[in-house]
Amino acid sequence: MNAKSGITLTINGREHAIAVEPRRTLADAIREDCGQTGTHIGCEHGVCGACTVLIDGEPVRSCLMFAVQAAGKEIRTVEGLADGDKLHPMQQAFMDHHGLQCGFCTAGFLMLAVGVLEREPNITDEDLLDVLSSNLCRCTGYQNIIKAVRAAAKEMRGQ
Amino acid sequence: MTWVGRSIRRLEDPALVTGQGRFTADLPATHWVRFVRSPAAAGKITNVDAPKGAHVITAADLKGVKPILPMLYKFAYRPVAQPILADDVVRFVGEPVAAVVAASEEDAEDIADLVTVTVEETTPVIDARDALKPGAPLLHTTAPGNVILEGKIKTPDFDAVWAGAAKTVKIEARSRRQNATPMEARGGHAAYDASTGRVALTCTTQMPHLMRTAIADILGMPESDLRVIAPDVGGGFGQKMSLCAEYVVLVWLACRLRSSVAWTEDRRENLTASFHSRDQTISLEGAFDKDAKLIALRADVLSNVGAYSCFPTTSGVEPLMAMAEMPGPYDVRHYDCRARGVLTNTCTMAAYRGVSRPVITFTLERLMDKAASAFGIDPVDIRRRNLIDKFPYTSAAGLVFDEASYKQTLEMAVKAVDVPGFRKRQQEARAKGRHLGIGFATFSERTGYGSPAFAARGMAITPGWETVIVSVDPSGFVEARIGSSPHGQGLRTTLAQIIADEIGVTPDMIKVVHGDTDRAPYGWGTFASRSLVISGGATLIASQKVRAKLIKIAGTMLEAAEADIVLKDGEARVAGTDRSVSIASMAREAYTQTHRFKSEIDPGITETGHYDPPGTFSNACHVAIVEVDVETGKVVVEKFLVAEDAGRIINPMIADGQVHGGIAQGVGNALLEEIIYDDNGAPLTATLADYMPPTAREMPPIELHHMETPSVNSITKAKGLGEGGTIGAPAAVINAINDALSPFGVQIDEMPATPQRIRAALRAKERAA
Repeated sequence: MNAKSGITLTINGREHAIAVEPRRTLADAIREDCGQTGTHIGCEHGVCGACTVLIDGEPVRSCLMFAVQAAGKEIRTVEGLADGDKLHPMQQAFMDHHGLQCGFCTAGFLMLAVGVLEREPNITDEDLLDVLSSNLCRCTGYQNIIKAVRAAAKEMRGQ
Repeated sequence: MTWVGRSIRRLEDPALVTGQGRFTADLPATHWVRFVRSPAAAGKITNVDAPKGAHVITAADLKGVKPILPMLYKFAYRPVAQPILADDVVRFVGEPVAAVVAASEEDAEDIADLVTVTVEETTPVIDARDALKPGAPLLHTTAPGNVILEGKIKTPDFDAVWAGAAKTVKIEARSRRQNATPMEARGGHAAYDASTGRVALTCTTQMPHLMRTAIADILGMPESDLRVIAPDVGGGFGQKMSLCAEYVVLVWLACRLRSSVAWTEDRRENLTASFHSRDQTISLEGAFDKDAKLIALRADVLSNVGAYSCFPTTSGVEPLMAMAEMPGPYDVRHYDCRARGVLTNTCTMAAYRGVSRPVITFTLERLMDKAASAFGIDPVDIRRRNLIDKFPYTSAAGLVFDEASYKQTLEMAVKAVDVPGFRKRQQEARAKGRHLGIGFATFSERTGYGSPAFAARGMAITPGWETVIVSVDPSGFVEARIGSSPHGQGLRTTLAQIIADEIGVTPDMIKVVHGDTDRAPYGWGTFASRSLVISGGATLIASQKVRAKLIKIAGTMLEAAEADIVLKDGEARVAGTDRSVSIASMAREAYTQTHRFKSEIDPGITETGHYDPPGTFSNACHVAIVEVDVETGKVVVEKFLVAEDAGRIINPMIADGQVHGGIAQGVGNALLEEIIYDDNGAPLTATLADYMPPTAREMPPIELHHMETPSVNSITKAKGLGEGGTIGAPAAVINAINDALSPFGVQIDEMPATPQRIRAALRAKERAA
């Protein structure tokens, strides 16, 4: 149970050679073994979505995946969204529209929204609401998260 | 143009949107702790069995460590002590009994699984009404009958006025137990520094200074040897303003191990063993004259406070708030109230956004609707007849209401929501078997109250005042060190806006420093819709002093009369001339060329402001439109409209965000959120799949309308608004449900109004028919 396996996680294009127990969750590995603490853990049972990251482009709850399952896949976290000093349109929109208060759930919402919009840039407002209801936020009442994601969707479509 | 009043982007955000925020669980530690918690709601601990070689701490190890003993000197309060780890007996499922220390979180959890706590179980008592029965199991010998406090108020001539009523209307309302559910659960990290002998406790708290005072006191250590840091905190909503026994253990261990020790709470622990709230039953009766004017109000408040008293507010936090604020925004001169806090074998109750007012507003607003129906008048009309409109207004409970706009916001909301249009739509929908309803809630939100308000409650600790220290450093940048401890409220931005206007710099030149007892002045933290009013006031006072000093320095440097100096755009200018000097140059000289100012100006630029205001009332009218599916009991909130007045608004974007978030919690409290125990005291809602905060799907669009009645009790003219959304929303939503169900003759007087409760009420009517 406690024997560690050597794996390589590729996070935001950078390789991290780490040794983890088979039971180690991807969320813990990203935060503790790879030092990328921008991904947060809110419930560890897959409900809140604070730990959402992109695996090969798909939003995934990293608390429900083992680190060993993510070896060899392309992992994207909030730390990789900006291009140098230039924020991703989603990050900019969250700031512009006050889509965050305490900031704890924010990384999960950003990755969820970016992942879905990259896959489905023309998603309808109704479908977007369904997607955003995957994650929990206790501060904003979602009003400004919805506004921010809709604004970023426009920006990402180049409108 | 001023900075105050503008929706500037938050200075907090760049770090938070890029993953650079720093939360407690981000810190590495040498040792990790897992708490072993009581599996039983009541009983005597007969054995704690740990695997050989495991490092396990129990109460027996904590010799000389004092219990948590919150105090109140009024209302027949009976002090009850909470040992840091359960000693001898356990009083709720989840109470910490032992702490396992290991090299990693996983190891600590593995070992904790092997630790067995054996409890000789006794019969627990879970419901407050059961706890009051003769012969009920006794939680604490110091609190006979399980009553920890009893507040009473009765105005003179009450009985005579009551006897003269044209009509009396009664309601029994109940709020089930709820959890604040910050997205970041609790957590702490204590690190011993061998070179100084000091310990730094980083933890997810709303009140770092008071945690320092309390923990130092409990451990008998000099307060100067303890540093408490609240880094980025992932929401609090009141749950993080109480002292956790777990943090005391961490500091104790860091001192013993001379190392770093950390604990990250999991969601199950947060839902079962952090702090709960609400859990109140209120019997409320109103006496009205023939014109539907409320003339007397009688209330009996029963508050289930759980197993212990929380620090610093004590178990009085909910029942005493209810007693003081029950009459709400209505003019009623005669008031009779009894408010009791009752101990049970459940998780300790503490503050949660709104503190009791979501429940009393719900109860009072249900009463108003019921009375309107009894008089055959419109719910809006009965509020028009009863809302206060002359200020200052001293309530029957003795609170002084400052200038506000209760009637105006009601009219504003009524106009915006188009009541006649809705009634028409409601009729049409009913004809098609669909059930729409509209619900109103008018309420007051007492905010920004200083130490006299807490002293009136008889609290041993009276938070209230705040201190802010504003400095201009030799580089010309500005730092404001504050005793408040924001965790999402955007105070770094709003306080910077206040300072910027005073001293003529841009907000991005101002750093607001908080959440570190080594850096910030002693203060009370962020809770009770207080920070913008009290810390904002202290910030204004300190900034005005800095402004005066800068003008003095500029006067000397520019050889001009002080009256002619204008501070603007980062410089001081002699009005009507081109003579100016930058704030950076003035600051540099104030530190490095002090001889130029002779003895007239003290060196440096650092000024302190203190502020301890009497309190100021925000107000709002909430309107909910819902649709109830009578087949399933499901409620959809179609629209939510708010007309609110929180005095002068410093940053409208941030203010609106606070209202949105508050309403979401109120809607969740009204429809979804319920902590449930079984009869043995086992919690049944231990995951976020069982305890359900609302998602984006459950939230309707929120339409906000504003008024600004400047506060006369706040020097920034701002009132607080952090809790209003949560206070009004449950009442508006449940009144709307009752309106929707009016053709069926059922009453829903319980929150949350779950589909099961709605169906049960309808089913009972169907059976009776």
